[in-house]
Amino acid sequence: MSDTTIKVPVMADVTAEGKTPEVLFWTGCAGSFDQRAQRVTIAFVKILNALNVDYAVLGPEEACTGDPARRAGNEFVFQMLAQQNIMTLNTYNVKKIVTTCPHCFNIIKNEYPELGGNYEVVHHTQFLSELIKAGKLTVQGGEFKGKTITFHDSCYLGRANEVYEAPRDVLEALDADLIEMKSCKTRGLCCGAGGAQMFKEDEPGHKRINQERTDEVMETGANYVAVGCPFCNTMITDGVKEKDRQDYIKVLDIAEMVAKANGL
Amino acid sequence: MAIAQIIIFISAVIIATFFVLDRITTITYNIKLGKDETIHSDLSFRLKSMLLIAFGQKKMFKRPIAALLHLAVYGAFLITQIELIEIFIDGFIGKHRSIWALLHGWQPTRWLYTITINMIELASIGALFATFAFLWRRNALKLPRFHKPEMKGWPSLDANLILLFEIALVTFIMMMNGGDQALQRMGAHHYHQTDMFVVSYPISMFLEQFSMNTVLFVERVGWWGHILLVLFFLVYVTYSKHLHIALAFPNTFFTRPEPKGQLANMPAVQKEVASMFDESMAEEPVDMNEELPSFGAKDVTELSWKSLLEAYTCTECGRCTSSCPANITGKKLSPRKIMMDTRDRMEELGKYKRMNGADEHDGKSLISDEYVSKEELRACTTCNACVEECPININPLKIIVELRRSMIMEEADSPQEWNTMFTNLENNQAPWQFAQSERLKWTEELNN
Ligand code: SF4
Ligand code: SF4
Repeated sequence: MSDTTIKVPVMADVTAEGKTPEVLFWTGCAGSFDQRAQRVTIAFVKILNALNVDYAVLGPEEACTGDPARRAGNEFVFQMLAQQNIMTLNTYNVKKIVTTCPHCFNIIKNEYPELGGNYEVVHHTQFLSELIKAGKLTVQGGEFKGKTITFHDSCYLGRANEVYEAPRDVLEALDADLIEMKSCKTRGLCCGAGGAQMFKEDEPGHKRINQERTDEVMETGANYVAVGCPFCNTMITDGVKEKDRQDYIKVLDIAEMVAKANGL
Repeated sequence: MAIAQIIIFISAVIIATFFVLDRITTITYNIKLGKDETIHSDLSFRLKSMLLIAFGQKKMFKRPIAALLHLAVYGAFLITQIELIEIFIDGFIGKHRSIWALLHGWQPTRWLYTITINMIELASIGALFATFAFLWRRNALKLPRFHKPEMKGWPSLDANLILLFEIALVTFIMMMNGGDQALQRMGAHHYHQTDMFVVSYPISMFLEQFSMNTVLFVERVGWWGHILLVLFFLVYVTYSKHLHIALAFPNTFFTRPEPKGQLANMPAVQKEVASMFDESMAEEPVDMNEELPSFGAKDVTELSWKSLLEAYTCTECGRCTSSCPANITGKKLSPRKIMMDTRDRMEELGKYKRMNGADEHDGKSLISDEYVSKEELRACTTCNACVEECPININPLKIIVELRRSMIMEEADSPQEWNTMFTNLENNQAPWQFAQSERLKWTEELNN
């Protein structure tokens, strides 16, 4: 890790200076508060910074998108959060949003428009793959060169929005061997966190969902599992730890991989 | 004799039609118990979905073996409809092979007829093999998806019965065509000289050793067995999971075009929350006559008509359940069971309402120990695997979400951890207990 100082632009300050950033980085609750997900946020910010992307974050003005509330069935709490966020976003005249969380991505992209929030929303893996395609971001293999990586499709990026190739395109750039799990792409197996399951214990059964998925991860024999979702990250990291395999298989977000490979 | 046969035939057709129409009325009534839902798609999207998914069976091919076997039966089903036209005409006018009589005078039409019947025979044999394979898969291989708890009893019997019907049907066709060809050569009155039908030809050679009366008997049993079984099947289907042979078409026609991740908005809640933010709206006089909306669905009447149509369309194949992460890991939730419960509850309530009046309610509901339990509802990760897998575009998740909404908002019955999460979201706009002001804490590390 380099120890250069990075100043993260905050929307309120930037606007006060009379500027309108091109893209808003929606950090998400996990990305803001969860220790593991914070590493992803930092990695992504380092990439944005290195590429001189004109961005800003909402900081204290960002509220949860309301995804766990709506999916648990609590529409009131969802509507409160969503309408509050839309007011904030519209006040700042936000046009484009990038986020490291597929749940935020899905809900802002698909469910905010009906409430009056219309933005171009991209997941960070789409953002990165576009930059690579445009030749603006070059990725060196770094520590991943010649290693094997398997990618875990998150339900809200994959099936929910049919984004399967963008994350794989970024991984391809790492010069590693991409191997697929038994269930991948349209048939990707959930990590067990969606639908607000993240916030409660599993219902009675014979296995936890994250263990089932971790078994599939290990069957590939890959050195790394790449993820694109903070909740999948937690779930699979836990699964690997429960099996005591954390020394053999690393769970990393695609943003972290790109940052690492480029020595950021 | 001929007159008697015509009378029996017409009576059978009338009786079958009566039962089928009665069931169509019931099913339509039951689907209309549901709420309005506008499907936001245009005609070209609808036709495309129907042609690809229902007619073209596109999604079946994710599981190639099952798809090929299913295609064999489906293909035979489609093509035998052509032969049924002739059988119906013959039945009504008491003649034999009336279409052949019409077509055989001219070479091209004669060939058309012969090729068609031969194709039907070949397809029937293909279907017969597929049927044996299906029976074997279901009962000997015991694929797990066919043996989940919700499949006990009638659903398993239903699946096997239809396969036995298929075997009987092919047998009858072979008796009919084999007997027919034997009778032609034996010079029986009425039996027109046709070209060769290859599959049943060996059967006709075998039959020739018997007396004319015996062969006549075999041929008649084949003919009558075939048509009566078809009529019986028409009625049976309306009580069975095999309703999908008809409903898969309207169901895919009305495919919802939205991305799978998008949940339906609740405008009533949206409005209420908006009025909290906007003082001017809050001052609007409250209309006392306005019925209080109920949130989500506790019973089938609060689900959309589309979800109810889907419940009748479900083939109980269990592709959804076998891909459901909750079910795979031993939770009670099974998306197939959600569809079956919805259908069974709809049948129950519909029957009650038809007997006691449309405004009456039997006091039961879809969320209940008898149908969908709360444990099942809580287990869903909203992963959309079930929606993706369904070969005929059924969406079990939509029903689960509506039921959850009722469970959480109407009954306020949520797990303690969810209540904590809701409180956190209300108080500090995050599902965890962190202060809003700490949202930028992660930047500290970058600042120095
Ligand atoms: S959406 Fe729910 S019911 Fe459907 S497969 Fe996923 S967990 Fe199972
Ligand atoms: S919902 Fe679809 S996938 Fe599930 S059992 Fe019914 S037809 Fe099969």
